[in-house]
Amino acid sequence: MTGANNASRTRRREPLTDAQLLTTISICIFVVMYAAAMVFLGGGFLKVQQIFDLLNDNAALIIISCSLTIVMIGGGINISVGGVIGFTVMSCALFLNAHEGGPMTIVLTVLLALGIGLAFGVLEGFLVSYLEIQPFIVTLAGMFLSRGLTTMLSVNPVKVTHEGFLALVKAKIKIPWLGYIAQNGNLIPAKLEIGAVVALCVVLLVYLMLRHLRFGRNIYALGGNRQSALMLGINVKSTCFWSYVLSGLLSGLAGLVFIMHKPAGNASVAMRSEMDAIAASIIGGTLLTGGVGNVVGTLFGVMILATIQKIIALSPLNASWWQEMASGAMLGFFIILQSVVLSNRSKHKKAN
Amino acid sequence: MLNRKKLTARLGQLLIPLIALALLLLFNLLRDPGFFAIKVAENSMGGKVLTGNLISIIDSASELAIIAMGMTLVTAACGGQDISVGAVGAISGAVFVKVLQGMGAITGPSVLLGLVACCLATICFKLFNGTLVAVFRIQPMIATLILYSCGRSIAYWINGDATPQLNSPILSAIGMTIPGIPVPTPIFAVLLVGLLLALVFRFTNISLYTQSVGINQGAARLNGINPTFIKLLSFVLLGVCVSVASVIGISRLGQLNHKTLLVDIEMDAILAVAIGGNNLGGGKFKISGSILGAYIIQMLTTTLYAMNVSPVNVKAYKAIVIIIIVVAGSPVVKEKLAGLFRKKRSGGFPAAAKKGVG
Repeated sequence: MTGANNASRTRRREPLTDAQLLTTISICIFVVMYAAAMVFLGGGFLKVQQIFDLLNDNAALIIISCSLTIVMIGGGINISVGGVIGFTVMSCALFLNAHEGGPMTIVLTVLLALGIGLAFGVLEGFLVSYLEIQPFIVTLAGMFLSRGLTTMLSVNPVKVTHEGFLALVKAKIKIPWLGYIAQNGNLIPAKLEIGAVVALCVVLLVYLMLRHLRFGRNIYALGGNRQSALMLGINVKSTCFWSYVLSGLLSGLAGLVFIMHKPAGNASVAMRSEMDAIAASIIGGTLLTGGVGNVVGTLFGVMILATIQKIIALSPLNASWWQEMASGAMLGFFIILQSVVLSNRSKHKKAN
Repeated sequence: MLNRKKLTARLGQLLIPLIALALLLLFNLLRDPGFFAIKVAENSMGGKVLTGNLISIIDSASELAIIAMGMTLVTAACGGQDISVGAVGAISGAVFVKVLQGMGAITGPSVLLGLVACCLATICFKLFNGTLVAVFRIQPMIATLILYSCGRSIAYWINGDATPQLNSPILSAIGMTIPGIPVPTPIFAVLLVGLLLALVFRFTNISLYTQSVGINQGAARLNGINPTFIKLLSFVLLGVCVSVASVIGISRLGQLNHKTLLVDIEMDAILAVAIGGNNLGGGKFKISGSILGAYIIQMLTTTLYAMNVSPVNVKAYKAIVIIIIVVAGSPVVKEKLAGLFRKKRSGGFPAAAKKGVG
């Protein structure tokens, strides 16, 4: 008993690790920003539905950000996630339109989406880990491939007409006690889409995996120092391979979530979303150099980016170029903050 | 036998891109010998110009080749890539057009002034990137992600939503051909930039310093090289390359569209660097490899167009060829091939191909 107490006491005295510190910063900033929006803009921000809307609209982005966080912790990068979403959405839309029928079609669609993601993951993972090609180039080729395949399937937008699937799109989880009273006195319950629930589950599962599974710890070891990981007897190549496979699988899932939010395929679906995902991961405290990162931070990274856009959309500066500039400025602020905080800490450590 | 070895050693990293280029040429020769035809045609102003697929490949790869040269330097010095070149190119174009419009008539001096102004603006933005990389020690890709995501918005802010038309004989001389000279001018721009860089490398130690900073920053610093300065310098040189490319891009079309000017060129430039056999992790570099890479990419695109592949589908085929080229150039495959060619291993070569991951 005393041993356990001692352990917990020493743990409490230990300072936060770099990743925890960065995550804490991003959570604090999100809270401050959201509180400021509540005070100055009021309106929608006072309702719980606003947070749910942010989750609903950005479910796919949350999932690909998790997928990027995994790869980035392992010291790699994956810029094909947006392309894979586009390709998955287009394939699923065409598949659903070509097949009428009940729940079986929907199950097959889910399998198709996951299969596409898996295929890209396996291909990229193999090239990166076993042939030792630079991940940036491999996933860039993956991006070109997926975008090209998308336009090969159809250049024109494809709207999903499958009724069963559209019913699934409209299905929402209603939580009455988080709702609000409308002006006419009716209670409007807070609504959460299935995609948002899936995204939150993904965050939870990836968090648990990175924290508690041997595979997850191996990814950290791989990203922290590849040579040391090798010396420790970790199968570096297979860890790297499976991290890309997982990342691909998650991008397929993100495509599925995307089409459940907006049931239409389009050549420009999720264009440039890989960069948003990278930005979200970085804001959440993941370092591109590898070995440091936290998927909870990533969730807040996405929420910060989404909140900025919402705030600007509601403010007088409502223009897409203001949104982009604000996101860029925010990203710059975070990057510099991280760099300063980390370098101060390392100086402090050296001094001690 | 000895001769071949000597040749291999001299070509080194250029071997794979040269083979790729040769295969592409061979493929085109077998497919349609008419692909190589070069004709003399008259352009809209009555001057005689050379036309043909080869000329158009070399001509339209100019912007890419110029940016790839700068990208090689940044890659070598910082061990990462600048993904903001397209967006910063748009800013540079906006500044160029703003200056031209401010001066009124488009004359020789005003174009020159515009070029200087856009160079300065680009250098400022690149110094911002460079400071983040060199002083704040941020990964280049992340540091440049900021301008990647908001650069085109800044261009919009400078020049508004308009797509100004610029019709002037001077600009068409820059973007297309100078009257009396049958070869498109952008080709000369590539030669000029290449020549200037070659002269700089010949008469200064920048090339050596860049390599040493890229290989081991700490060791370079202990040897009296200032890594911060070298990294900033690489970004400044890239900035100059980007502004030259953006001026060519505007002159070629005779208009500025901040959404499409040099769009997605960052990805192609990084590809060119990689196809040229340069290590994206920094260190040793060969600018000639990157230029070769740029022409390979353009050659591939033009070949696909000539085969009636729809422009929107080109990316997929391009991806497949890129995968083949990088697989052929990957250290593992190289090692296997080297093992096949000579049974007794002299060591050194496979190890040198790999760079320690730190």
